[in-house]
This record gives sequence, structure tokens and C-alpha cells, in this order.
Amino acid sequence: MSRLFVARNPRVAARVLDGEMMIMSGKDSTLFTLNRTATILWQAADGKTPLEEIVQARICPEFEVEPAEALKDAEALARELAGHEILQISEEPIPPRVPGESGAGE
Amino acid sequence: MPELTREVERLSLMIEIGGMPVRVNTTDADFLAMLQDRYSGFCRSSEEAEIEFDVELVEPGFADPEAEVRVAYRRGRWSLTRGDFRAEWEPGARRGWIRQSANPYSIDAVLRIVHTLALARQGGFLLHSASALRNGKAFLFAGVSGAGKTTISRLAPPDVTLLTDEISYVRKGDGSYVAFGTPFTGELAKLGENVSAPVAALYLLAQGPANRVDPVAPAEAARSLLANVLFFAEDEALVQAAFHSAFEFVSRVPVARLTFVPDARVWELMR
Repeated sequence: MSRLFVARNPRVAARVLDGEMMIMSGKDSTLFTLNRTATILWQAADGKTPLEEIVQARICPEFEVEPAEALKDAEALARELAGHEILQISEEPIPPRVPGESGAGE
Repeated sequence: MPELTREVERLSLMIEIGGMPVRVNTTDADFLAMLQDRYSGFCRSSEEAEIEFDVELVEPGFADPEAEVRVAYRRGRWSLTRGDFRAEWEPGARRGWIRQSANPYSIDAVLRIVHTLALARQGGFLLHSASALRNGKAFLFAGVSGAGKTTISRLAPPDVTLLTDEISYVRKGDGSYVAFGTPFTGELAKLGENVSAPVAALYLLAQGPANRVDPVAPAEAARSLLANVLFFAEDEALVQAAFHSAFEFVSRVPVARLTFVPDARVWELMR
């Protein structure tokens, strides 16, 4: 099975409030509230740590689940978040995005 | 010999909402009179405008009446389109133009959009909420259609000054937020007073069997606020600015749920 890398999409706005991670899509203003697992995944998604390592180091100790099962669930979650353009996923490490053209709000 | 050219008189009106003067230029005296009537209380005599719009009047039906509003930023200028108007605004030059038929609704929509864009850059926003001033403090009442914005506005006692029954204007000040009256009306069809005051609280409206105020957790407050902020722009930077503004607001302004029965006693809770 190939390794998967995950990175936070820099085009979203994110804040933690009262332990809840809230994310707003810069594309269509949709607001998401992440559950605990998704929050851990988001916070650890640096683009260079493989998902497998994130699961072993961060998710398994938190939820006391089997690594194989946790990785399967985390992959599904990562793909779902990528579908909402909250995360980026790749089979290669994801370099930090070079800031592009400034928007009107800057 | 007939005149080949004729000097066209340029008429203008300064409309100041939220402390931001916008000059509107037209060549049509009847349209100007319509605007003076529509924005009475928000018209100012000559001052320097922050934005100046030239309005070109066209025959009704020049565009698709079913088209949705679109707001996009490209190469230093905003493009605003809806079925009944087209407009452009170049913030750097502080100028723009509006093409519409002679009606007050199109320019009203343009002004709402322009104010949301200008406020977003300054940490403020327009909010789907009624707002009112009492004892030098402003209270906001947010909710979806039917939640009670018009009802609570209608129930306001005589010592309460209505800022709006539909769209509140919130500007970030030094360490606080200030609510301004707006001419943007809802069912009450009554213009707000052109005054302002620091925001004392935001209430999320719900109708119920008794009047009560319940605390709202910060995360829920932020979610509810964001659900009621007016967004128009398809611009990531502005969306992000509005997102962070909402969190900043709930960290500084008390947010509570106001459940009320439709009678004037609810106003005893706001002093």
C-alpha cells in the first residue's frame, strides 16, 4: 500500500474555540466543524509526515484503536476532507504552498 | 440652427451609511429625487466622498432578471452583477459606475455589497439582524427570517431608537464594536435612525413560552454569527477576513440566546 501525505489547505480559514476546530472554505464560505479525529488529523497535517505515522503517533494513543483499522478510517477521513478542499492529499510529500496572488482583502 | 451639443447637468447626492460617505452622480433629476426620498436621514451635504459612483440609467429589462448576484475582484476592481444591475468599483481610485434602470432597489443592493466589502477589510460586517439603541448601548438581534427581528423591533418602547429591523451595520472600533443605523429595511419598512453606539450584546432570537436569556458557548456564538453575516464576494482573502472578524467579535461582545414571547416586556431584559 502506498504512503499518503496530508497537508492543510492554506486557502481555508481555521480557528479553535472551546476545543472545537472550525474551518471555513475560502472558496464558497462553507463552515465546517471538525470532530476530534479530524481535528487531530488537521493539526498534524504538515505535508511531510506520512499519514501512517500520524495515525500511530497521534490517533491510536488517543482512541486506543488498532493501527490497521485506524489507518483505514483515517485514509477515508483524509479523502473526505480533501473532497471539501480542507486538506490536500498526495502520495508524495507536499511542499508548503508559495503564496500566490493576493486577494482583495489583503 | 439646432444645438449640436448640450451641457448635461450633473446631479449628485451624498449618502452616508455607517460613517462612510458615498457620492452618487446622475443626470436624471427624478432619479435623484427618488434617492433623496429613499435615503432621507442618510443624505449629507457636500463632504469628501470615500467612494463616488456614476449612475447610468438604462431601460428596464436590459439584463436577465433571474441572474444571481455575482461579486468578483480582478485586477484592482470589483465587478458586481445581478439581473437588474451591473457595477464596477475601483477601490484604489475610490470611483465606480452603476448601470441600472431608474429604481431604488438596484442601487440599494450595490450599496449593501460595497459596504460589506469595505467593512470586511476593516474587521466589520453587515449582519442579518435587527438592532436598536437604548441608554447609549446598541443591542443586536440576529435570526433567520421568521425568528422575530421584525417583531422585536415593533415591540420596542419609546425610549428605544431603532437602528434597523433587518440589516445591522457593525464597525470595529478601538477595543469595541459600534453599530450604526441603516436605511436597509425589512418587513417593518421603516428606515433606521442614522445614529450609532457601542455594541453591548448580540442576542440570537428564538420565540418561546417565556422571556429568558441563556448563555451561548463561544463556538456556537461564532457559528451563529457567521450564519448571519452577509457574504457576497467570491474572494478567499475577504472570506478569511470575515471569518476571523466573527471570532474577534464573539471574543469581545457578549452573545446570548434570547427566547421571547411577543409582547413588550421582553425589552425589560435590555437596559
